[in-house]
Amino acid sequence: MSGYIFVCAYVLLLFCFGVAPTGYAIYLALSSSGGHFVGFSNFVSTGKDFRFVAAFEHIGEYLSIWLGSLVVFVLGLALMLHSMARRVSSVFRFIFYLPGALAGAASVLVWLFMLDPSVSPLHVLLSAFGLHVLGQTLLPNHLPIVFAVIAFWTGAGGWIVVTYGALNNIPYELLEAAALDGASAWQTALRVKLPLIKKWVVYMLILAFAAGTQLFVEPQLVSEASLGLVSQTWSPNELAYYLAFQNDNFNGAAAVSVDLLIVGLLVAAVLVFRTKLFEVD
Amino acid sequence: MRFTKRIWVRTASFIVLLAFTAFFFVPIVWLLLAPTKTDHQLLVDNPFAIGSFHNLATAWRLMFGFENHTLLSWLENSAIYSFGGVALAIVCAIPAGYGLALTEFIGRKTLLGITLVVMIMPSAALVLPLFLEINAVHLVGSPFSVILPFSFFPFGVYLCYIFYASTIPKDLLAAARVDGCSEWDVFRRIALPLARPVVALVAFFAFVADWTNFFLPFVMLYNSSSYPLTVGLQDLLGATPAFNPGIGSSAILRPELAIATIVTIAPVLVVFLFAQRSLVSGLLAGATKG
Repeated sequence: MSGYIFVCAYVLLLFCFGVAPTGYAIYLALSSSGGHFVGFSNFVSTGKDFRFVAAFEHIGEYLSIWLGSLVVFVLGLALMLHSMARRVSSVFRFIFYLPGALAGAASVLVWLFMLDPSVSPLHVLLSAFGLHVLGQTLLPNHLPIVFAVIAFWTGAGGWIVVTYGALNNIPYELLEAAALDGASAWQTALRVKLPLIKKWVVYMLILAFAAGTQLFVEPQLVSEASLGLVSQTWSPNELAYYLAFQNDNFNGAAAVSVDLLIVGLLVAAVLVFRTKLFEVD
Repeated sequence: MRFTKRIWVRTASFIVLLAFTAFFFVPIVWLLLAPTKTDHQLLVDNPFAIGSFHNLATAWRLMFGFENHTLLSWLENSAIYSFGGVALAIVCAIPAGYGLALTEFIGRKTLLGITLVVMIMPSAALVLPLFLEINAVHLVGSPFSVILPFSFFPFGVYLCYIFYASTIPKDLLAAARVDGCSEWDVFRRIALPLARPVVALVAFFAFVADWTNFFLPFVMLYNSSSYPLTVGLQDLLGATPAFNPGIGSSAILRPELAIATIVTIAPVLVVFLFAQRSLVSGLLAGATKG
């Protein structure tokens, strides 16, 4: 019974800042502003809002670019590093990982500089794509790519480190056997290494998907710098924020938040209970 | 024939590696050099030219003097929120991880399952529900509206759980109990002194998460004087004519904005440089169990 004493402080936090806000958001989402039960009407009305559909379309576009580039480049780079000497690859791993320290608002500011052709060290590259002023780079149809680049810059390094670690766990005998059987480096990577680290790729994609649906700071700051060119309700979280703060529609905001919470919870539950990635005893 | 093909492949992969190294590294180098140049130099000079110490000092003075030293108070707020959140998170996570790993009680498995789910769920999903809750109890705008949600850090509990489950054999604790140690003594004399490495690990992750958090303080705090640095950066962005021409003349130009960005990232960057090894191992611990 003494176990309860050890976990009680944490359970209190879990209740106050995990369970209670979730429950309260669900309650608000099912009520009118006067506190009456209204069933799913808040979900229906926010779902029909043209901004809701647009926000989820934006996120969908962003996610497909971000997840696609993660798989291709993280795997490619991790395999490349794995074929190098450990000491050399550790330098690269550190450089790739370093931008993680700039996650959040700082990374967006850095990339506003990088995407502004007037000061950017990449201006040659930008003008090759016909981009000569910041307003052109931040055109609404470029934003999913812009946010994917920022997310890749801050997030890919961590995943490269994890994937490299997973590659290192492959028993040496297996690789040796493949080499003895005459497999080329390419074949070994494709037929031996990749199948063995598949579960990490799945893990990465699921987590990146869950985090990607929650985009907020990136569109928020870019909208600030775009002179109103970028909608203030670009992402679903921004829409929820906008409903709460600009429209005083707490019930609608709660409904959009609950939509997002359900996505996050589903993804997490699938990872925890349907895969064997996490050890519970 | 085969030999030339191999050289060709090697060169190609080397170029790819170099391109990605530039992609990850160039923005950081540019950012660190930017404050040594004037706004005009940033426009006309080579992007990697090094300016002068004089320019750096000017930008520093302008930035820190801006609006009555607001950058300093943001820095202070960031420190208070992060340290408060990290300290509370550790104080709760160590005993909780111990309890989950080495004691028996009804509901233990359920609690572990919930912890894992909440840990994997992106924390941003809870921000607006948290706001609605904190608003209902009239705490919006107070430092507690940021510190208390920060202190709920399920990943830290999971790290402590893994740590205790894999470092302390249950037999050892049973022996201590037979020798007459109370449950509390077992924790205090055996488990707690061993916790040092995991405290460091939890502290790093919690600190980085709290310091870089934008969404939660952005939603909870409405008064500029109580902003942390991340939210303050948005104000500065709006005060920079290059990104907001409507503002007209301003003390904040690109070099000043770059300084503010560097001040914002400096603590995390330092943590990254010194804790590289443990951060990486923690990243793997969070991922490679099982």
